[in-house]
Amino acid sequence: PNSFQTTFTPVSKDKNSQTAGHLAGGDTQSSNGPSGQFLARESIESPSKVLLMLVAGLSFSTRLYMITEPPHVCWDETHFGKMGSYYINRTFFFDVHPPLGKMLIGLAGYMSGYDGTFPFIKPGDKYENQNYWGMRGFCATLGSFLPIFAYLIVLELSNSCTAAIIAATLLIFDTGCITISQYILLDPILMFFIMAAVLSMVKFNQQRYRSFSASWWLWLVLTGINLAGALGVKFVGLFVIILVGLNTIWDLWRLLGDMSLSLVDIAKHFLARAFALILLPVILYVTIFAVHFVVLNKSGPGDGFFSSAFQSRLIGNNLHNASMPEYLAFGSTVTIKNLRIAGGYLHSHWHLYPEGVGARQQQVTAYLHKDYNNLWVVHRQQDNNSQSGNPDLVRHGDIVRLEHKETTRNLHSHLHEAPLTKKHFQVTGYGINGTGDANDLWQVEVCGGRKGDPVKVLRSKVRFLHRATGCVLYSSGKTLPKWGWEQIEVTCSPYLKETPSSQWNIEDHINPKLPNISLSVLKPNFLEILLESHIVMFRGNSGLKPKDNEMNSKPWHWPINYQGLRFSGVNATEYRVYLLGNPVVWWINLASLGLYLTMVAVASIATQRGFSLEHSLVLVRGGGLLMLGWLLHYAPFFTMGRILYFHHYFPAMLFSSMLTGLTLDILFRSADLLLHPPYSYWFQRAGQLLLLFSILYSFYLFHPLSYGMTGPLAHEPGSAMADLKWMDSWEF
Amino acid sequence: RWEMLQLPLVVTAQVDLLLVLVSLLAFWTRLSHLNYPNAVVFDEVYYGQFVSLYMKRVFFIDDSGPPLGHMILASGAYLGGFDGNFVWNRIGAEYPSTVNVWSLRLLPALCGALCVPLVYLLTLELKFSHLSALGAAVLLLLENSLIVQSRFMLLESVLIFFVLLAFFSYLRFHNAPSSWLILSGVSCGAAVGVKYMGLFSYLLLLVVASLHTWKLIGDKTISHMNVCVQSVHRVLCLVVVPVLLYVFWFYVHLSFLNRSGPHDQLMSSAFQASLQGGLSRITRGQPLEVAYGSQVTLRSSVSQPIPCWLHSHKVNYPIRYDNGRGSSHQQQVTCYPFKDVNNWWIIKDPGRQQLVVDTPPRPVRHGDVIQLVHGMTSRFLNSHDVAAPMSPHTQEVSGYIDFNVSMPAQNLWRVDISNREAESEVWKTILSEVRLIHVNTSAVLKLSGVSLPDWGFRQLEVVADKLFKAHSSSLEWTVEEHRYGTSQEQKEREAELHSPTHIDVDRKISFWAKFVELQWKMLTVKQEESEHKYSSSPLEWITMETNIAYWLHSSTNAQIHLIGNPVSWGVANLSLLAYQLLAVVYLLRRRRGLKDVPDGVWDQFVCLGCVCVGGWLVNFVPFLLMDKTLFLYHYLPALCYLYLLSPALLEHAHTHLLSSVTHQRALCVGALAVLLSIFLTYRTFCPLTYGSPELSAHQLQGLKWRDTWDILYRRR
Repeated sequence: PNSFQTTFTPVSKDKNSQTAGHLAGGDTQSSNGPSGQFLARESIESPSKVLLMLVAGLSFSTRLYMITEPPHVCWDETHFGKMGSYYINRTFFFDVHPPLGKMLIGLAGYMSGYDGTFPFIKPGDKYENQNYWGMRGFCATLGSFLPIFAYLIVLELSNSCTAAIIAATLLIFDTGCITISQYILLDPILMFFIMAAVLSMVKFNQQRYRSFSASWWLWLVLTGINLAGALGVKFVGLFVIILVGLNTIWDLWRLLGDMSLSLVDIAKHFLARAFALILLPVILYVTIFAVHFVVLNKSGPGDGFFSSAFQSRLIGNNLHNASMPEYLAFGSTVTIKNLRIAGGYLHSHWHLYPEGVGARQQQVTAYLHKDYNNLWVVHRQQDNNSQSGNPDLVRHGDIVRLEHKETTRNLHSHLHEAPLTKKHFQVTGYGINGTGDANDLWQVEVCGGRKGDPVKVLRSKVRFLHRATGCVLYSSGKTLPKWGWEQIEVTCSPYLKETPSSQWNIEDHINPKLPNISLSVLKPNFLEILLESHIVMFRGNSGLKPKDNEMNSKPWHWPINYQGLRFSGVNATEYRVYLLGNPVVWWINLASLGLYLTMVAVASIATQRGFSLEHSLVLVRGGGLLMLGWLLHYAPFFTMGRILYFHHYFPAMLFSSMLTGLTLDILFRSADLLLHPPYSYWFQRAGQLLLLFSILYSFYLFHPLSYGMTGPLAHEPGSAMADLKWMDSWEF
Repeated sequence: RWEMLQLPLVVTAQVDLLLVLVSLLAFWTRLSHLNYPNAVVFDEVYYGQFVSLYMKRVFFIDDSGPPLGHMILASGAYLGGFDGNFVWNRIGAEYPSTVNVWSLRLLPALCGALCVPLVYLLTLELKFSHLSALGAAVLLLLENSLIVQSRFMLLESVLIFFVLLAFFSYLRFHNAPSSWLILSGVSCGAAVGVKYMGLFSYLLLLVVASLHTWKLIGDKTISHMNVCVQSVHRVLCLVVVPVLLYVFWFYVHLSFLNRSGPHDQLMSSAFQASLQGGLSRITRGQPLEVAYGSQVTLRSSVSQPIPCWLHSHKVNYPIRYDNGRGSSHQQQVTCYPFKDVNNWWIIKDPGRQQLVVDTPPRPVRHGDVIQLVHGMTSRFLNSHDVAAPMSPHTQEVSGYIDFNVSMPAQNLWRVDISNREAESEVWKTILSEVRLIHVNTSAVLKLSGVSLPDWGFRQLEVVADKLFKAHSSSLEWTVEEHRYGTSQEQKEREAELHSPTHIDVDRKISFWAKFVELQWKMLTVKQEESEHKYSSSPLEWITMETNIAYWLHSSTNAQIHLIGNPVSWGVANLSLLAYQLLAVVYLLRRRRGLKDVPDGVWDQFVCLGCVCVGGWLVNFVPFLLMDKTLFLYHYLPALCYLYLLSPALLEHAHTHLLSSVTHQRALCVGALAVLLSIFLTYRTFCPLTYGSPELSAHQLQGLKWRDTWDILYRRR
């Protein structure tokens, strides 16, 4: 630290130097030149190597210990393990997260000899002889890098081994971080990329005096790659992109104010960053999806979420090399798909609209899955279907009646408000066995067609205009409440603008009287697929609403470690793993957040009044970056409407722990403001030891949370966890 | 301004005639023909019911905002002698002659009119010229949507008034330190008290104030002591005063509304007991301590989905449910949202047979084991390892019937008083929150919140749950009605249950407890959000893609719409864009050391941006994140900030950007032309703003400047 002493001489004596200090900000170090900094780094180099090895060793051993326990499916392994298997089997599926994480899981499984045959049906299923250790081991390995990265980041930000080791210790001995790293989940992969991105960014910031050198480029490009990785695993990666983006803007702003650089230099800096932090990640991200679509070429459970054109790519889908009558005819049985992305099939079922929601007639909805209730029969206005020979084709302008095949009700609309979109009219199923009324008649209109044009299956965009009211059949995309089985609302819109919501296509077409013709459907291009899958993912994400009886975790629960997640086991007889942070670690983190804010407030007011404090720059700059990271990974959850879980907090927790390391270290060192040496030195050592001891001891107490508990629950006598249920809300 | 009274008696007065002129015009546009239409217009139907309740001093909860707004509307009604006897049931209903419509609408209209001079003064405080000030005032004056919103019994104009007043008085203080700061604090408190939306403007003001204070702290020519005093002064005026005021509105609200009313049931029993004529009428004089033999009704502590009481009736669970699962076929136990004789339960000592209270009564304490007997059917409250009808992961709760199928009675319940630290170990009426823990299975009696199907008469399901969240109020029950049972025989007892309860005690609940409960309920009560015919999304507001029909004459085409002045709207958007663009260019160039404008002008420019663009942002962006049903009128506060911005930005461009005289003149001419077209558009839309004169269908068609506007035509 002696190299810093010179930097922080009181500045109040001389007004000019103070303003200069303000303007140049981070450049105060540059007055010493790189050499001074280099010296400082040299002095901490050797113990830091040893400590780094120690951190790595402890980190790997805590994460890989008992990795194969319990030998059954735990919690969300049922999803991500299954999706890993889908990659091995090349089956198409739908998930709300981007594919990289699951691809890596699949790859790890493949490399370690897992054959993709285990069904992952529900948590608790025994793995038997399957090679699941590879997938778990892969996640745990990535998870083991987190404390190492934290160590390096804090070291870089604070130049203090103590701060770095505190941060690493907090993470190594946190039961939550251990548990979440040990299973087949996306979180360790996500956090690996987040931390790697932050580390590369911090390293890159340190290279600022060696612009365009090889190491400068290396860290810059690594930042970009890791950003793509983070976003490729989960959309939460967006938060770290924002963090890096803000840091880059700040950096460019600093460069812009540096009058020694010409505008051309600044443009170079800008272009380099634009390439490495925008263009490169975008290319990588798109590549991930390209691989995803190339690998998954077989029909699977996710087909119905996608458009007809998309489905025709998939081997095994009924639209792949489809063969059906080419033109829609009267008497055909069809499925009708909305053209809105993820719009669903026109659907009805034996349930009525509840009382108070329009007329009490049968529900008509849009449904994303393939189902017999999606089948409709096309009839003429007055049906005398006992006609022989070739059936007539349906043409633009024809009046049709659509009869629901299962329930024999007609598609019907009338002047009642639609259930959700009050500006539209309600659509129902009405009549029986084909007899209905004048409100069952719809006029077929081929978009861009003229009177008399036939309706091409799959290729024509069709609209259905209601004869009596003049409105158009419409899918609003809003999810109906429970009475509508959370399917999508279908309405009749009086606004006749042509939008995909009011356009439909005929997907399946069955008419035994017509010859089947092989249809080579227009293959969608890659960008269309990419866009479509993203829209479907975002819809899926916002559609994850909490269900009844399901525990809904609130963001304010998380930092106080209010409630964990059951990974495995409920009863006393089962092998239980409970995802819960080490309470001592988490509460220290929480207190440190408050402490940090207080210290920053005191330091900045003091600076503003012309006093100068040692460490205040590290506190404001380094701590500020970590604080920003914490905020960015935590605050957005308050505005999210989707269902939230405790494990969403873990990326934020990493930042919080690093901040704790930095804050506590500075607090201990600042003892010399109040105490004289050697007391201040003693205070510092005592504080560090106390911290270390409390973390280790609490880990000793709470380690069964991660490594598994059996026997009675904590509130019962004779439990290994007796007296450790410090909060009533913990469920172990 | 009055300077001083001196001898010889001389009065020196300075009157800004422009200010007087715009004020007069504002009063004329907002206040003329205020009582037309003599019918309920749009949200008057919503606020009106609360005004009526105020007149009758009946307690209510409105989750749309804190009570000050309602109080202001109610005070207008009070001045006009409104007695609260009007049914606010539909838009367009004619007011009877007894209702003084003018006074109902007076206060919002006054606030709306005062916004115009306030904007004038605020521009001056932002250090722009009188001409800019006049421009801003005219923009506000000729904004049709603001006129419509001011002329009815609605709250936006009041909110805008207080927000503008807060900024004006703060800037006045900042420019020349004086006692204006306290007025700023008061206005902030009032703005937040009218609508929660005011909070965002208040936060912006705090940010501006803290930036100024931060500069003050950095000023080393001022002594430490002085800095301390100044900072504390600001904190007192801008933080403490608004918070105290906010609480004060609730104090007035709660002390004024002391009668029970339609929203009682949302509140806790203790709260209800403090209202006149509500629960207190029923429960006055009940015995306080629940004893063995007590007859009680048990109310669930959650009010979601609706408040209800533990209930049973002489109908059994169906042998098989629709999905094929079986039940115990014992008597149903449900939660019923209405008062009913079947809500009565008797507390029995498991060790004794009798159902009457001893003398002296033996109170039930925390940890005691009891049985609960249903008063009318004498069945015991029972639970067992059978899946509940709607929530199969929990246990069924039933009134026990012995069918001799080796399903023994499990009817012991342990009393767990969860607020025993605050209250006492003894089970008390209304005050104690009790959990009933099933002794055999240690499951807890719980309201699941799901309604039963037709066989359960759509009442709410009650279950016993083993896996429960520790602090869930769906597990808590309170005794609401209570009496000591005296009848030995069942017949006698039934008669007793039918008779009303009465005896005498008085219970008080502190203001703070009431305040916290009311505030919490207001923030958490979710009314079912459904789309409204005229609701819109925030992005539609910027381009005014939407309008709201406020009123349509019952027989003619005369109608009132919330439609802004499209030209001013365009000017506002343009200036918003221009400011941002200019700011970016300035910032980048200043960073490279190129100072286009002197520092003083730059500070003025930044201050303008902080207040106006910042004001627009904080009043617009939050709506993008909201799940609520939103309307065009929510955009009006944000719009006012833009009207403040436009003329000031024009002046800035005129003085500092345009160097040649011809350009400056061209700008002036352009500005005049825009003002003229604003006036003409205002005139054009006047019939839709004031509801008269009536237009023909053809003329209305001509006013439909956008396809997405809904203008109503009557077919004749």
